[in-house]
Amino acid sequence: MSKISEVVKRARAAFKSGRTRPLQYRLPQLEALRRMIQEREADFVGALAADLHKNEWTAYYEEMVYVLEEIDYMIQKLPEWAADEPVEKTPRTQHDESYIHSEPLGVVLIMGTWNYPFNLTIQPMVGAIAAGNAVVLKPSELSENMASLLATVIPQYMDKDMYPVINGGVPETTELLKERFDHIFYTGSTGVGKIVMTAAAKHLTPVTLELGGKSPCYVDKDCDLDVACRRIAWGKFMNSGQTCVAPDYILCDPSIQNQIVEKLKKSLKEFYGDDAKKSRDYGRIISPRHFQRVMGLIEGQKVVHGGTGDAASRYIAPTILVDVDPQTQVMQEEIFGPVLPIVCVRSLDEAIQFIGQREKPLALYVFSNNDKVIKKMIAETSSGGVTANDVIVHITVHSLPFGGVGHSGMGSYHGKKSFETFSHRRSCLVRSLQNEDLNKARYPPSPAKMTRH
Amino acid sequence: MDPVEDTLRRLREAFNSGRTRPAEFRAAQLKSLGHFLQDNKQLLQDALAQDGGLRVGEGRWATQLDAAFIRKEPLGLVLIIAPWNYPLNLMLVPLVGALSAGNCVVLKPSEISKSTEKVLAEVLPRYLDPSCFAVVLGGPQETGQLLEHKFDYIFFTGSPRVGKIVMAAAAKHLTPVTLELGGKNPCYVDDDCDPQIVANRVAFFRYFNTGQTCVAPDYVLCSPEMQERLLPALQSAITRFFGDDPQSSPNLGRIISQKQFQRLQGLLGCGRVAVGGQSDESDRYIAPTVLVDVRETEPVMQEEIFGPILPIVNVRGLDEAVDFINRREKPLALYAFSNSNQVVTQVLARTSSGAFCGNDGFMHMTLTSLPFGGVGASGMGRYHGKFSFDTFSHHRACLLRCAGMEKVNDLRYPPYTDMKVQLLSWSLSQSCSLL
Repeated sequence: MSKISEVVKRARAAFKSGRTRPLQYRLPQLEALRRMIQEREADFVGALAADLHKNEWTAYYEEMVYVLEEIDYMIQKLPEWAADEPVEKTPRTQHDESYIHSEPLGVVLIMGTWNYPFNLTIQPMVGAIAAGNAVVLKPSELSENMASLLATVIPQYMDKDMYPVINGGVPETTELLKERFDHIFYTGSTGVGKIVMTAAAKHLTPVTLELGGKSPCYVDKDCDLDVACRRIAWGKFMNSGQTCVAPDYILCDPSIQNQIVEKLKKSLKEFYGDDAKKSRDYGRIISPRHFQRVMGLIEGQKVVHGGTGDAASRYIAPTILVDVDPQTQVMQEEIFGPVLPIVCVRSLDEAIQFIGQREKPLALYVFSNNDKVIKKMIAETSSGGVTANDVIVHITVHSLPFGGVGHSGMGSYHGKKSFETFSHRRSCLVRSLQNEDLNKARYPPSPAKMTRH
Repeated sequence: MDPVEDTLRRLREAFNSGRTRPAEFRAAQLKSLGHFLQDNKQLLQDALAQDGGLRVGEGRWATQLDAAFIRKEPLGLVLIIAPWNYPLNLMLVPLVGALSAGNCVVLKPSEISKSTEKVLAEVLPRYLDPSCFAVVLGGPQETGQLLEHKFDYIFFTGSPRVGKIVMAAAAKHLTPVTLELGGKNPCYVDDDCDPQIVANRVAFFRYFNTGQTCVAPDYVLCSPEMQERLLPALQSAITRFFGDDPQSSPNLGRIISQKQFQRLQGLLGCGRVAVGGQSDESDRYIAPTVLVDVRETEPVMQEEIFGPILPIVNVRGLDEAVDFINRREKPLALYAFSNSNQVVTQVLARTSSGAFCGNDGFMHMTLTSLPFGGVGASGMGRYHGKFSFDTFSHHRACLLRCAGMEKVNDLRYPPYTDMKVQLLSWSLSQSCSLL
């Protein structure tokens, strides 16, 4: 039996032992996870710096703090969420107990990704642990420093057999996907999402797929452009554009395109100085392959800012493109880099139509002072989530589910939704063996004439 | 040219036009569906009778239209594939959910329950807006072709084997699915209970619809002593329900098809017949039967029975019963009978299943406040009541911010100077949110 099979088998045996069932097991594991993050913060920051040129700030405030918040929230709420949930009874079941009982699913596979390699691997894990599952973690091999660190550090703090970390590339992942799991949680691309779901179908394993797409950002003529552009620049260029909910492209009226460009430039200078390469706060592209890919998207476009890159350091300058032709490559794939195309549309309706012709994105943004514009944009489009008059922040609210729709994904998590995603919510009705005569009416033989009820 | 292609395109255009969005439209469709059921009651009863000997199609469903900060939106084009055992209910109850959530719907009824298929294809379309709704007919081949198209949701009720095919097809388009499948629903009978009461309840739910119910008790687990007491009680219950000659009872249906009949007839050879055991091919009749001395390896303990046959397997206590259950795939339903509440809750706590009922059969199905669905090989997703509406909706997280208060955002922007880090640490410790 292969090493991967053995690890999964051990996790299953660990789950079957029943030790994850009591909250007195789960809560200390979550506390251990929290301790791990706090005690080893420097190591995590170091890994993020090596993989993505993150610094203390961006590592902590754009990744780690959310996981800590999730753990705190989960620890606080777990007794309430894990309790049986009574439900409304019918006249005939008034004397019975009727409730929804939450149970773990069993062995959960969490496949992380490389752009927020800590957050997107560990935050789902928090929910899976809280729900009482064994968790097999497969960090992304592209963020190799984080992958290696997680494999070292997690066994030092958590139940080794219950929460193994498996590393590897495509061959190992393929082998892992042949195993049977009780839920697969995948964050990554649409293409691989299909592969994961196909593998899951063989075992009838339910999946949560957090995918991506091109998240549109509509900027209305009636809005405070200074504020809008500042917020857009922040969300777009954070982590060098490698954020699944980054505003991918801007839709605006041609009359404000130049203003938008000027204000974006102003904000970029404020954030990263004249030369972003020298800024401590500006990220790098994860790999040479992605560097080439993103640089390729700039070719042939009208560049009004940036447009340059350095392969050796995998640096791409914050780049703005104008008068972009929707048929060109930069508008065909999720950019996932610091390149912001502006596509001109002549009206809100045209913007809505433009968005509707494309796959449903993970996020949608609309900037306007006019409530009607916002309402119409939301009502006539679909997307995983929406933030109006800002970007990204809807995913930081733990009472809002985070997930996609259509090609941007299925299922969701964060907060209570995580707990539900990784639980089986089992319907229960408990009756008594007394009062059998009340059941007379339901038994055959049925009366000659049927009575209405 | 693919005729289904045209139909789907028409439905998508209707959906994109926004036609199904207004609450008034959806309410009107649901009302019309209600009229369909009322106007055609006799026709439907006859169809159901022809298909499976069912006398009464019972269904009561609730819908709620919610508005929330989590915006619940229709998904688009929904495909509902229904099976033959409750051909009307298992088509229409999901349909109600899909319609109330504002979707356009394609229905694929089972070709095996032919009479109901006919009514759904010919009569139902008169009641629903034809631009938003279609019925597609056919067998496995046509269904396979249908599944090559893109849908925004697929709701399937049927066997685990076909469930895998549906999910694999859905994966090609990243279409989310609800799969209502099946399994062998165990029925643990503790020594501490009244055998006649248990027998009444188990027999009623086992032989209901001639055993062709996904949540029927599939097999009994009990001690040899309890078995001794249960057998005469089961015989007594069967006689009470269906008379001395069940074949002439109007309350017992027939097996849906020759194929299913032959399969079930084969199962009668497993173990030893303790009650019933008769069959009549010309009538697709199988007597309400109880089998004993069955081995785990025999077919009757390997596949979901889906017929009026109840095997009893002996175990020497709760632990052995729980081990037996946990060695197998997670079932759609699980039953435990005991006077002791402790025993009932122990069975619940130490096993997993779609749903659980203590001291009765599938009464839990009558509560729309309880979600109905499987786990593991018995399925994924759930519906009934509000859960239907939620299943067929996209829950879109919406956050509306104002353009003002930009000063508050200042802390989140680079450059991240030491001063800013300190300020932020302080503000976080005061429980202010960064964003």
